Amino acid sequence: MTTTIIKTTTRLLAPLILVFGSYIILHGHLTPGGGFQGGAVFASGLILLIVANVRDKVQKLFEKTPLTQLESLGALGFLGIGLLGLMSYTFLKNAIANSGFLFGGTTPQGINPGYLNTGGTLSYLNIFVGTKVLAGLTSIVLIFFLILRRERDEW
Amino acid sequence: MIEHLPALMVALPLFGAFIAPLFKKHYKGVSIWAIFITGISVVLSLLLMKEVVTNGIIMYVFGADKPTLVLPSGYAVPIRIMFEVDAMGAFMAISATLMSFVGAIYSYSHVKKDTGLEKYYALLMLLEAGILGMVLTGDLFNLFVFLEIAGIAGSALVGFRNYRGEASEAGIKYLMVSSVASLMVLFAVGIFYGQYGNLNLAYIAKNVSFNMVDMIALGLLFASFAMKCGAVPMHYWVPDAYTEVPAGINPPLLVATYASLYALFRVSFTLFANVVIDLARVGWIMSILGVLTMFIGVTMALIQKDVKRLMSYHAISQTGYMLLGVGVGLTVLHDPSKLAEFGRDAMAGGVFHIINHIIYKSLLLMTAGALFYVTGTRNLNEMGGLARKMPITTISFMVGAAAISGLPPFNGFASKFLIYETSYRLNPLLTVFAMVTSVLTLASFVKVFASAFLGPPLEKFENKREVPKPMIVAMLILAALCILFGLFPNVVLDKLVYPAVDALINFAQYHSWGGLA
Repeated sequence: MTTTIIKTTTRLLAPLILVFGSYIILHGHLTPGGGFQGGAVFASGLILLIVANVRDKVQKLFEKTPLTQLESLGALGFLGIGLLGLMSYTFLKNAIANSGFLFGGTTPQGINPGYLNTGGTLSYLNIFVGTKVLAGLTSIVLIFFLILRRERDEW
Repeated sequence: MIEHLPALMVALPLFGAFIAPLFKKHYKGVSIWAIFITGISVVLSLLLMKEVVTNGIIMYVFGADKPTLVLPSGYAVPIRIMFEVDAMGAFMAISATLMSFVGAIYSYSHVKKDTGLEKYYALLMLLEAGILGMVLTGDLFNLFVFLEIAGIAGSALVGFRNYRGEASEAGIKYLMVSSVASLMVLFAVGIFYGQYGNLNLAYIAKNVSFNMVDMIALGLLFASFAMKCGAVPMHYWVPDAYTEVPAGINPPLLVATYASLYALFRVSFTLFANVVIDLARVGWIMSILGVLTMFIGVTMALIQKDVKRLMSYHAISQTGYMLLGVGVGLTVLHDPSKLAEFGRDAMAGGVFHIINHIIYKSLLLMTAGALFYVTGTRNLNEMGGLARKMPITTISFMVGAAAISGLPPFNGFASKFLIYETSYRLNPLLTVFAMVTSVLTLASFVKVFASAFLGPPLEKFENKREVPKPMIVAMLILAALCILFGLFPNVVLDKLVYPAVDALINFAQYHSWGGLA
């Protein structure tokens, strides 16, 4: 399924999709979307790269990619951010907001163009959810892809 | 730190589950990790029970400044997700953590030869997290979420031995049942949200008006939870799932089933407690469902040749006792004199039977797993004379069989006796069915004992020996609990069961978030 048209289109589109996915994750606390949506978009970029390539190359590349570890990292990070709230508040309390830390900027009131350095734990949660979703969705499709291609080779 | 216990109860198994895949091929490491995490959660659940018994209902509001900040200033309705732990929830939490711990110990050697164990233990701990979330939460939508977590983790575990076709089939079946049940729950939750604009259990319970739409929601919730706890017209998934799951997962899977039973009680006692007239009718439905469940389950069990399948049908039958006991209590919930006379004891019998049944049925399924581990078959006709080869398994089996048949001095007797005595006061016919079921149970376990353990030693089992130590330890823990609970039922009743029953009866306490609003 790899023709020149698909390869060329992928080469143009995949970087755009990946950047757009990262944008949705990082802007999750300001604009519609967030960790899950951005992660899904990012994963669709990776999936495009998978299906537009031959099986051997994909397998070789993804053997070295730590998808399982990324998934665990995403979940553990989410849990860790949740536990951060236990320090003098409750689980999942936004403890970073207004603290001046990264993403801890003070949220201005009223109409504004949107400041990236706000949101507190929300932005971190978005990043971790995004990591988990992109790793999870990619590995699901990867497994389907590898199984499907193997059977086609055997036909 | 003690006020954060409800959050930690769920966070700890989740932490364990997410660390587990990082072990990769170090199967020994990951099994010890699972035993460690589940062991700590047992301690946490005991602390939680102690805290609940001394201080009453524990509230935990997620994301608030304080765990007890139910209504933030200026709000008349709760806006955050909260955990509401009463004695009933803590009781179920103890069962869940204890059984996951025993299951993890047992799995150490039982699944040693399988691959993909890091995922197995991750799913085991996810299942535990799902059950704990279900029994601790005070939010309807949250209940649905944890129901899904437990359902998906459970179905993956049921289909864990995917090189067997039957296991995959059972896994898919369990997945279908779980997803149908949770979708019905979601629909009912949507009905409540549409009407009352809130998802908090206590808030909805205070405002429920029991109009036509609420009746539909009650029907949906009742049917879906009855489906997931294996009550009779919807019991078809139980034998397949319990038979095919690795024996180490049987204990947590049993608790997952009874977490749905807990949700059924929660819905009928807490959510619709203010509906005075129709509650007796719901109670009767529950009792009759219980009698049907126990009788049909046991008659199906009598004809089975597969040892685990036979025990699975008994699991269905024993669920009937719990439904009967608590159903009798529900019938007389709004009749104070009858409630004091026998209703409370009936519910105590039903709730006590939950933990008793979890203990002895896990024990029995584990002995069946041990038989399978040694002989490689589950067919009773091919076994025989194993008592000499596997003495400890034999003793554990005898303890479990005596307990499930309700012989004194084992724990099954204590709870069944309470149920007989009290259901007799409501209607003697209920008791007759319960006792006949008990006799038939004994009959079928005598059959298993005779065909698997007694008889002349068979040549093909010449050089078989007892199962490895971790499996023995797991079985002996449960056998000891069977005997202890049977010898000192009053201690267990006073410390664990009656607080749980009173928590269900005093629904006003639950509705006011333990007096915080």
